Amino acid sequence: MVDVGSVIMNKVVMRSLDKDIRVNNFEEVNLGYNHEEAKLEAERCLNCPNPRCVTGCPINIQIPKFINAIKENNLELAYEIISEDNLFPGICGRVCPQEKQCESKCVKGFKGDAISIGSLERYVADEARRNNFRKAVKKDSIGKSVAVIGSGPSGLACAALLQSNGYDTTVFEAFHKAGGVLTYGIPNFRLPEDIISSEIKNLEELGVKIEYNVVVGKSITIDELKERHDAIYIATGAGLPKFMGIRNECANGVFSANEILTRINLMGAYNKNSKTPIYEAKNAIVVGGGNVAMDAARSLRRLGMNVTICYRRSRDEMPARLEEVNHAYEEGINFTYLVNPKEIIVEDNKVTGIKVVDMELIDTGESRKSVREINGSVHDISCDMVVMALGTTPNPTLLKTSKIKTKDNLIIVDGTKTSEDSIFAGGDAVTGAATVILAMEAGKKAAHEIIEYLK
Amino acid sequence: MCYNLVGDIMYKVVKNECIKNDIYLLEVEAPLIVKSCLPGQFVIVMASETGEKIPLTIYKCDDRTNILSMIYQVVGASTLELSRITNELYSIVGPLGNPSELIKNVDNLKYASILFVAGGIGIAPIAPQAEYLKKHDINVDIIYGAKNKDSVILEDELKSICDKLTITTDDGSYGEKGLVTDILKMQTKKYDYCVAIGPLVMMKFVSLETKNMGIKTIVSMNPIMIDGTGMCGACRLIVGDEIKFACVDGPEFDGHKVDFDLAIERLKTYKTIEGQKYLEMLEGDTHHGGCGECNHE
Repeated sequence: MVDVGSVIMNKVVMRSLDKDIRVNNFEEVNLGYNHEEAKLEAERCLNCPNPRCVTGCPINIQIPKFINAIKENNLELAYEIISEDNLFPGICGRVCPQEKQCESKCVKGFKGDAISIGSLERYVADEARRNNFRKAVKKDSIGKSVAVIGSGPSGLACAALLQSNGYDTTVFEAFHKAGGVLTYGIPNFRLPEDIISSEIKNLEELGVKIEYNVVVGKSITIDELKERHDAIYIATGAGLPKFMGIRNECANGVFSANEILTRINLMGAYNKNSKTPIYEAKNAIVVGGGNVAMDAARSLRRLGMNVTICYRRSRDEMPARLEEVNHAYEEGINFTYLVNPKEIIVEDNKVTGIKVVDMELIDTGESRKSVREINGSVHDISCDMVVMALGTTPNPTLLKTSKIKTKDNLIIVDGTKTSEDSIFAGGDAVTGAATVILAMEAGKKAAHEIIEYLK
Repeated sequence: MCYNLVGDIMYKVVKNECIKNDIYLLEVEAPLIVKSCLPGQFVIVMASETGEKIPLTIYKCDDRTNILSMIYQVVGASTLELSRITNELYSIVGPLGNPSELIKNVDNLKYASILFVAGGIGIAPIAPQAEYLKKHDINVDIIYGAKNKDSVILEDELKSICDKLTITTDDGSYGEKGLVTDILKMQTKKYDYCVAIGPLVMMKFVSLETKNMGIKTIVSMNPIMIDGTGMCGACRLIVGDEIKFACVDGPEFDGHKVDFDLAIERLKTYKTIEGQKYLEMLEGDTHHGGCGECNHE
């Protein structure tokens, strides 16, 4: 039983899969609230007249309203309220950095824990899926068609809104599965595949067409798409991995986190039936401190490797979500802070270690501390696999075949309009690597601007 | 409107037949790819949902029939699975990579002499390039090396698309006896370009030879890939002093600048695991160890 007195200050902590069990599989770690837990957590919400949480949400979900509906046991209404602003609550409830957004603004957080808004959103979404609340309402076509390039969060959000307003929407996806980074990047233990596929099924029921295996810029040019559609939304994300440019980075055993995650998530390499192999190693080092580094490290841990994350700053500066870092710690992943790789050590072109230099933090007056190398501190760490999780940049494939104006490979936009008539863009392709929710926000914004443009 | 569909099924397999030994010809209806592909480019196919992504160079594309043809060799579990497909291909994406350098610059090649050197099924992507250049009145000679008589393919076609065809086999069972480099060394004609496509070792030694001979050489790299659009970095190579991605920067590179030894090592990344999967698939449920690679006792 939960002590009622403590509930007021402390949140109801979501149950998670036991760490010793979960390191051996790819099942979802967070188990979600049950009805009792969700109600208890919802009761903590003060229903503020000027809800600050809403301002912290990039897409301004009516948070107190949906929480109130949970209090009243009306989950269908709660789902309806969320759906007005967010078509993918099952995804956002799981992967949004709520602690930096809505929850960071919650007044309960001043003295105690903020309301677990993300967990409640996820609860509503999961109940909706289980009870089939959403009935796709096909709206009559208004006779205009839009092409959306990329089926990641931004493309899906845009397509959903356009189609539900009667625009015939076709989404182009380079892979054989939709979802973009949700599918190839975020592992099953954080965002299960069936959550994504059910959201995509909803979209298709709404009337959205998805064209798989099409690389726009290669299979078809953007000019050809222009001839067949009234408007185009480019949501191609930021898919190119960065490498460090250090010695022996092409040795066997050095990978981009993108490659590791794509092999595991998209190609199912953790599954025995899959023909896609994954490198066999015992001691892996993951370089980086973002969510992608955590995802790669935790995936390799589940394949039985000892994993160490090497990050050049300290724990406080790590960009990864706190929850992911905590889960990684629980799962036995080692963290080495304040080191930066200088060289990969190889034998017969195979990784046997990594040469690193120690770093120290320096205060430059900026909000985030900078680092510099400590002279003479170079030392070796032995390992047989190195994964580079250093961030990603947009893919220039599509842009090479168009006249769209860019700066440093990022598409230049005014709102979401590009320099070319009838072509819009948003998400990571415009901002550089950011978050799922910001990409969705851009997708929604683009849909509104496209609707306005096609009037 | 659907972009990729012909009739009722996606990527209909028109033909997937063994043409010699372990060499197969795969023909697929892929209108979108056929419409935009040029010699030198490649596609990535998946035989099934659990299949691996396999990069295959394009042999032919016919825009009247929408048929794309590829020639591949069964070398492991994934190509074995591909050889068993009869009706529908699960996924095919392309055309990827850049068209052949010579095709793009055909207008500047008047009176040029070009030597193609093929090893094994490397002859498949060479055929359309040779044909294209020959049609543009460019002198085209081909040296084609195969293991033995039973692995020589496309001979009649090759004769009609080049000025001089020299076939050589490792064991001398057909044509000349020896390696393509042996034939290459004997050439007295002055070539402007050499295009070498085949196994890495062959491309390495051809490039070493042509460097001595002073012939500018283009090679087509076929490393391990996943997406083929620059997303994973699996296909990285060192060319000159730079890291290049074969999928987006290639697949063609200056043969005199490619670090072949590194590429050869990188191709071995999954060798043990692949060997295991191949044997398991080849022997089906009857596989109970003995391969030295698997976990069966």
